Amino acid sequence: MRITNILCLLAAALLTGACKEGETAVDRATREGILIMGNTSEPKGLDPHIVSGVLESNIISALFEGLVVAHPSKDGVALPGMAEKWYPTDPQRPDEWVFELRKDATWSDGTPLTAEDFLFSFRRILSPSLASDYSFMLYYIRDAEPYHKSQRSFLTCRNDESFPVKWETLKKVDFGPNEKGETDFNKKGLDHLNAEQIRELEYDPSLFQWPESVSQAVRQILLEKNLEFAESGKDLWELIDFGATAPDPHTLRVKLNSPIAFLPEITKHYTWFPVPKHSILEHGRIGDRFTEWTKPENIVSNGAFILTSWKFNDHIQVERNPRYWDKENVGINGIRYLPISNLYTEDRMYFDGQMHITYTLAPELIEYARERYPNQVRNELYLGTYFIRTNVTREPFTDPRVRMAFSKAIDQQSMITNVLKGGQKPAGGLVPPFGDYRPAKTIGFDPEGARQLLAEAGYPGGKGIPEIEFLTTDKETSKANAEALQAMWKDNLGVSIRIRQMEWTSYITTMFEKDYGLAAGGWIGDYMDPLTFLDMWMKDGGNNRTGWHNEEFEALLKKAGNTGDPQARYRVLEEAEALFLSETPILPLYWYTRNYLIHPDVKGWDPLILDNHPYKFLRLERNPNLSEQNPNP
Amino acid sequence: MLRFIASRLLQGLFVLFALYTITFFLAKAMPGEPFTTEKNLSEESKAYQRALYGLDKPLLHQYLIYPKNIITEGSLAVSTSKGRPVKDIISQSFKVSVVLGLSALGIAICIGVPIGVISAVRRNSWVDWGTMAVAMIGICVPAFTIGPLLQIFIAANLPGIKVAGWGNPQDILLPAITLGLSTAAYLARLTRGGMLEVLSQDFIRTAHAKGIPASKVITRHALRGGILPSVAFIGPAFAALISGSFIVETIFQVPGMGQHFVNAVISRDEFLLLGVALFFGFLIVIMNLAADILTGILDPRVRITGNSSK
Repeated sequence: MRITNILCLLAAALLTGACKEGETAVDRATREGILIMGNTSEPKGLDPHIVSGVLESNIISALFEGLVVAHPSKDGVALPGMAEKWYPTDPQRPDEWVFELRKDATWSDGTPLTAEDFLFSFRRILSPSLASDYSFMLYYIRDAEPYHKSQRSFLTCRNDESFPVKWETLKKVDFGPNEKGETDFNKKGLDHLNAEQIRELEYDPSLFQWPESVSQAVRQILLEKNLEFAESGKDLWELIDFGATAPDPHTLRVKLNSPIAFLPEITKHYTWFPVPKHSILEHGRIGDRFTEWTKPENIVSNGAFILTSWKFNDHIQVERNPRYWDKENVGINGIRYLPISNLYTEDRMYFDGQMHITYTLAPELIEYARERYPNQVRNELYLGTYFIRTNVTREPFTDPRVRMAFSKAIDQQSMITNVLKGGQKPAGGLVPPFGDYRPAKTIGFDPEGARQLLAEAGYPGGKGIPEIEFLTTDKETSKANAEALQAMWKDNLGVSIRIRQMEWTSYITTMFEKDYGLAAGGWIGDYMDPLTFLDMWMKDGGNNRTGWHNEEFEALLKKAGNTGDPQARYRVLEEAEALFLSETPILPLYWYTRNYLIHPDVKGWDPLILDNHPYKFLRLERNPNLSEQNPNP
Repeated sequence: MLRFIASRLLQGLFVLFALYTITFFLAKAMPGEPFTTEKNLSEESKAYQRALYGLDKPLLHQYLIYPKNIITEGSLAVSTSKGRPVKDIISQSFKVSVVLGLSALGIAICIGVPIGVISAVRRNSWVDWGTMAVAMIGICVPAFTIGPLLQIFIAANLPGIKVAGWGNPQDILLPAITLGLSTAAYLARLTRGGMLEVLSQDFIRTAHAKGIPASKVITRHALRGGILPSVAFIGPAFAALISGSFIVETIFQVPGMGQHFVNAVISRDEFLLLGVALFFGFLIVIMNLAADILTGILDPRVRITGNSSK
């Protein structure tokens, strides 16, 4: 019987302890020049304007190329991509940038790539009907935000000199959607009502709640303007003075809302990548979300690689783009991405010789891997901070001294060595260290100081403190972390907290509703600038979720926004961060590190804090003395 | 027979609709929505997305439009987390799950039924106790233990067998064993019970008395009746096996359907959730019906009552 044969074979193999011989998948891939990497999960898509995750970014950055390209080993350095040259028109005030596009740039189907493709892309990602998650990455461009948010009232009235009041006085009107609005129309927002609904509203004013401060006359004008535009059937695009323009096919001019010296860094993000106008329009209209242009048989791209195979939940493979402008310098023939969600499976597959690079290395396996494959384990700083939010609207965290006491009572290093075990770095502040940004180190373990602060706040030895709930996710590791913190606060402050674990989406929702005392959290930076960590703490920031806000802090951010000189700007941002930390709305715990396994065959994969490795600089070479070494456990 | 099938199908439709209703309202009762992300979206963006998926419509409208679209357009809507039609996701992953499920069922039958027969024939011997003890372990030890053990001890040592992955015929082996082992154990116990009951009956004694060889008595006469409990079990078990297993799929990196049951809930993807839940319900209904028909063919007693009801 076949089954018995197989069983005998298995038994024999086990008894003899046979080791696998012959060529592994990695050996073959190295020989063929194909990089195999773990990529956690099936991507939501390959349309740069629709996705919002890191794993999609890993694939998109192989297929598409933006204005500039990341440097393979230096953070914050931009190399020429679709743009050969870029510069601000006024270096003292970099609020307008010029990108000179390369004249030999083409799409993978041979169509020339011009500035028009970029303009089309910007307009597409900002189209409301596309419902892109990440369109806010383009809000730096003049008039991008009001267009994306369909701010019809603002756009129709802002150039009207006869408009009776200052626009700022209308802040409380529900122009945009308001989930907590009293009427259906408030929930939708005035700007989003159609002509029929506006007429209904004119007939019955009770359908929309206005703030009392808005006079009857102003209401009337707003309604008329909205109705007039809604009836015209025009697109708001015609009303805006969009910042990006193309004076000629190879020049892209971008006018910003305020000076941004690090704009090239932002353009490295895939939301700024060009998408092929001709191909997208062939498969649908500009704002259509569900079209087939990204299917393997249709997709046209401009990066170093083109999509050759996409098997749902199995793999995605890209191979050399023969029409890529820099094809001579592309070091590998292709990349295969494996959507492996189980980190242990991924590590086992690596040890079995099935992949070159893992997405992650399970914390429990770090010791094991370090012993056996010392040169294949990587531990690198990542642009992210893990912290604990405090709810400053709830006792006892209304008192900044209590928040500071809780922060000082955390022994970060002990937490990292004994609980996390991932080689994380104790967070001295909010923004991870990089470049010339030098924040003051304000956070550290000081149990004595912590107790003193708590006593000053009226809770000596933790007596009389209201019940505190620590919100975290339902992962096993979250529980271990929470318990370690619980013990530290108990030992160092005498305070008992209660741990509340919730499933992911419920946890986010609860945090958003501010139904917590303390909440585990973190933030991964989108681009190489401190602002990606600092601007979320503005008063109405959707990611703030602590209830904390401070006018002085916001004034500093505004000042930084108007400072053209990069160094001077960093000094202002450092001041803002110091102010933020002195108020301690969050308790910083550690700066993220990424642990992963990488095969010695992969050359040119250097640590980068954003972890966006430009694939074209990679090489796959087998070291002769390594071929004997078999990476089996 | 025809009337029987028609009435069961009608009942099946009712079951599916009840299933839809329960799943729909449970999905709506979950906290958060598909567009709840760690990096908060602006209210405008969320409103655009809700409109895109029709989630801004009144609840009753949403409740009615989904079955209407299934009937009129054959559409199962678009997954909010995967950005592609639910129908495509199911059809692609179901193919994989069928291959894996059939292999697992094959392994389960090949192991479970013979073991059950042997232990029934050798009742109260060490063979019986031994195999039943192993069967008990098979039922008790979960897939997330067996799977990694197989990976560590077999795949890592055996040439041609990969730790995880899908694509080559040999990749089916380990996940199929992991998936089929507990079913095999159930089958062994059910077969043993069924066989014991049949073996103690008069017609078996008569068969032996007529001088028919023991092996023939067991395979021809006893097994036919003794296997009935297993057949009734295999129907729904088959539906469960071919609709995938989250654990086996994630351990062995199999692009099957099981993971969608879990991930759809985590990502609040109600269309994917409804799609896989209804599809699974549909499979259960069909497989139960098939098991009933098969029992009728195997068991004359059932066939007679079936005929009399005509």
